[in-house]
Amino acid sequence: MSKPITVWDLPKEEFLASGHRMCQGCAAAITFRHVLKAAGKDTIVSMPTSCGEITSTVYPHSAWRIPWIHVAFENAAAVASGISAAIEALKRRGEIPKEKDINVIAMGGDGGTFDIGFQALSGTLERGDNVLYICYDNEAYMNTGIQRSGATPLGAWTTTTPVGKVWRGEWRPKKRKDLIAIAVAHNVPYAATATPAFPTDLYAKVKKALSIKGPKLMHVLSSCVPGWRIEPEKGIEVLKLAVLTGMWVNYEYENGTYRVTTPVPKRKPVKEYLRLQGRFRHLTDEDIKKIQELVDAEVEKINKLVGKQVIGPVEG
Amino acid sequence: MSLPGWKQLPIGVVILNPGNSVEYKTGEWRTLRPEIDQEKCIRCRTCWTFCPEGAILEVSEPYKTKAGREFKLTYKVNYEHCKGCGICSNECPAKAIAMVEEVI
Repeated sequence: MSKPITVWDLPKEEFLASGHRMCQGCAAAITFRHVLKAAGKDTIVSMPTSCGEITSTVYPHSAWRIPWIHVAFENAAAVASGISAAIEALKRRGEIPKEKDINVIAMGGDGGTFDIGFQALSGTLERGDNVLYICYDNEAYMNTGIQRSGATPLGAWTTTTPVGKVWRGEWRPKKRKDLIAIAVAHNVPYAATATPAFPTDLYAKVKKALSIKGPKLMHVLSSCVPGWRIEPEKGIEVLKLAVLTGMWVNYEYENGTYRVTTPVPKRKPVKEYLRLQGRFRHLTDEDIKKIQELVDAEVEKINKLVGKQVIGPVEG
Repeated sequence: MSLPGWKQLPIGVVILNPGNSVEYKTGEWRTLRPEIDQEKCIRCRTCWTFCPEGAILEVSEPYKTKAGREFKLTYKVNYEHCKGCGICSNECPAKAIAMVEEVI
């Protein structure tokens, strides 16, 4: 096994310039910084409409120091496929040296991945194009003002799943759809989850994904200050808690095997994660019990995939 | 500010100077400013890693604390772009970053 990556292995060079208009304490900005640090300068990013897109490229400014293309909500993955095919064609014609590695990354939010861009993503994964698709997931349409998406978790308040006498936030009784399982069902060589609260893990996974040829998918949990109703300084703390409570599991799938990269021997109760966020403030102890059961089932599923107990029981 | 006409814009309205968002000073958003106590700072790189703006600067400036500990690096804040979110202060393991109210 190679040496684990430490925080000192992260390159100093910044490819996401300061001066972007993302909110104070936006975790998506941290995600972009580390993804670009891992990808390096020979990278082309295609990005659908999303928070990160509208805030990083307010005309006449752009925060991206690498080639970057804005595309419609539906087709980030399709455009990335096209870029990847164009690079192949230019290499064939001898206009780009054959040995030059150019990374193609499509980066969308959860709305652009789970809902609107889903069929383009499926197409890219199914055709086997050499693209890394990264979904930075803040669990609702934050850009347009916090509407629910296919990734919104049970109980979460959004403007379209309000809290009143009848509605109690997001109502979908099951766990949201499993993006990694969907990617695996497309026979991709690599799929992984990550969060910017564990930046070395995120960095290592992007590096690994880009070293593999073919379609790759990464699902990155990224907190949102206005949408999750948290204080700006809590963005990373809440993501760490997501991992420590088992609400989110950092794992990767590579050629048939699953590996959890952040093992949690003793989980914290999910209440600690939920109580930090205003979007869950209406939940009663009974609601939290229901969410805890969902998380327990999910953790068990992942332990089964890995083949041993990497995420332990709830402590206390 | 005079705006360019459509004939003066590049085709596709592409941005020819990538990374020019640095011209926009997001530091104006700030209500709390982070101040790094160089005596307490243990140079662990945590604030630099977690800053959403990339506004924590890692400079090769040697520093010797009063207790005699020597460091090759110093962390500074780029106040032109720091939005004052406070993640650095919240995550700092040495509690070396204080959030101080901005007074004009």
